Amino acid sequence: MIDLKNLTIKKARQALDAKEFSAVELAQAYLDEINSKNKELNVYLEVFDDVLEQAKSADERIAKGESSPLLGIPLAIKDNILICGKTFSSASIILQNYVASYDATVIVKLKKQGAIFLGRTNMDDSAMGGSTENSAYGVTKNPHDTSRVAGGSSGGSIVAVASDMALGALGSDTGGSVREPAAFCGIVGMKPTYGRVSRYGLMALGSSLDCIGPAAKNVEDTEIILNAISGSDILDSTTITDTTYPKVSMKKEITIGVPWDLVNAKGVDEKVKENFKYSMEKLQSLGCKVVDISIKNIDMALAVYYIIMPAEASTNLSRIDGMRYGYSADGKTFWDVYKNSRGKGFGKEVRRRILIGTYVLSAGYYDAYYGKAQKIRAMLKQEFAKAFEAVDFIATPTIPFVAWKIGEKTDPLSMYLADIFTITANIVGVPAISIPSGFSEVEGLPAQAGKKLPLGIQFMASHGAEEMLFEIGKKFESIKDNQE
Amino acid sequence: MNISDVENLAELAKLELSQEEKEAMLHDMEGILGYVKQIESVDVGDIEAEYPIHNIWREDTKDLREFSRDIIVEQFPNSQPARLNSRSGGDGIFLKVKKIL
Repeated sequence: MIDLKNLTIKKARQALDAKEFSAVELAQAYLDEINSKNKELNVYLEVFDDVLEQAKSADERIAKGESSPLLGIPLAIKDNILICGKTFSSASIILQNYVASYDATVIVKLKKQGAIFLGRTNMDDSAMGGSTENSAYGVTKNPHDTSRVAGGSSGGSIVAVASDMALGALGSDTGGSVREPAAFCGIVGMKPTYGRVSRYGLMALGSSLDCIGPAAKNVEDTEIILNAISGSDILDSTTITDTTYPKVSMKKEITIGVPWDLVNAKGVDEKVKENFKYSMEKLQSLGCKVVDISIKNIDMALAVYYIIMPAEASTNLSRIDGMRYGYSADGKTFWDVYKNSRGKGFGKEVRRRILIGTYVLSAGYYDAYYGKAQKIRAMLKQEFAKAFEAVDFIATPTIPFVAWKIGEKTDPLSMYLADIFTITANIVGVPAISIPSGFSEVEGLPAQAGKKLPLGIQFMASHGAEEMLFEIGKKFESIKDNQE
Repeated sequence: MNISDVENLAELAKLELSQEEKEAMLHDMEGILGYVKQIESVDVGDIEAEYPIHNIWREDTKDLREFSRDIIVEQFPNSQPARLNSRSGGDGIFLKVKKIL
């Protein structure tokens, strides 16, 4: 029996190379785990039928003496990333039977390394949401308390890792869709610098915000996955190179800025604040300097986000028309086919955001909403650049509260507020990582959860400074009692 | 906002909505737009929005992408392999477009 609970990508690599177990054995162990848990947690929309074949060819490569960090490592892939020949639904009705005709660049890179794709994971319909409650295929449940949401939109990918149904995963993060569920479920999730990872083959949501991001059990594994998928790509003109941004190095005394005004804002749970303060004290005891920073208009970031993202989403989704691919509904006229297909094929939250996006882009409102939001965005970018002159990192909690009960949040706005700490990194394009920071005791939890739900801490760094995030992340992980 | 605004937006966005849903959308949109409207209070001075958009060219060479033409064609909503073959006449592939006028 392979001890999946304590297995990491790094340990699995060593064991595979040392022939302690084979890639087929490892893949089979994950398939068994998926078999026993997937029905309850609703993580995978599809478990691929060629997993063992993939593992077999990984074993052949290992037998030839090949080794690469992800050779034979079983991963979960969010259902908005194309794998040639596999169904790709984006957890929607409108693309339910769509089959990808090419590989996303990240998939090409992972295939080269010999990673194993276990299956495609559940998510909010078209990546719109923070709980996977918007999936057309049912909600993904939080493994710490199955009456609660896993977070989203990359909920399936995150729970796959959190419940030993994959060793690592890819998600996408437009406003926190990797980091928020990672915090809800107690694993590491990352949003890289805008452009670090090619989005060729990722279904577009908000094109000026979207990033593919890795999730894993610890910072080191997260780094291994990011290194495998990052790099400039001729097929995505927004990708960056190592020289796009000036290289920054850590200050002599590691300095962490905290926007306390935001952390102490109304709506942030007291236990989250306590846990965050405790984390900051621990970092101080490790020799980090913690300073109060004030970022003008950071409190406007959420409003800015919920203008820009729907505007871009409504534009991106205009390509889906029921004519060329995907779900097509009948209609008397050309436009009826269009309207019926989109009306029935898109989920409710998607329709809502398309309408909002159409509104903020329409003549008469454009300047007041979209135009103004872009100006505030430019101001925020300047503010962040200024802040990073004085500090190495900006730290906040990842989430303002623990995972909520399934069905509890019926008002879309109240769900949007979960993104308050994560969206800024997408708006300004900087990298950010969420790391488990302990637990919050919650009354009325079932005994299996041990009355506690996970919390996360988020670090942001300058554009291009992912390495610094991994360094502080490993430092933070070294604080042993985090997990208590 | 009122119902006719929602109807107008749905027409622009090409979304068919039921009467019930229009009302629900009106309620949700008022809440969301009411929230995002707070950006009105920000004094942006003379800052210009950044649109870091510029052309990036690649060499115009063939075979940069690998994709399956067959998978694309199979997925046209009205494509049916048998019919495609019978009308294709040789190696060209015929795509039937739905008659909607």
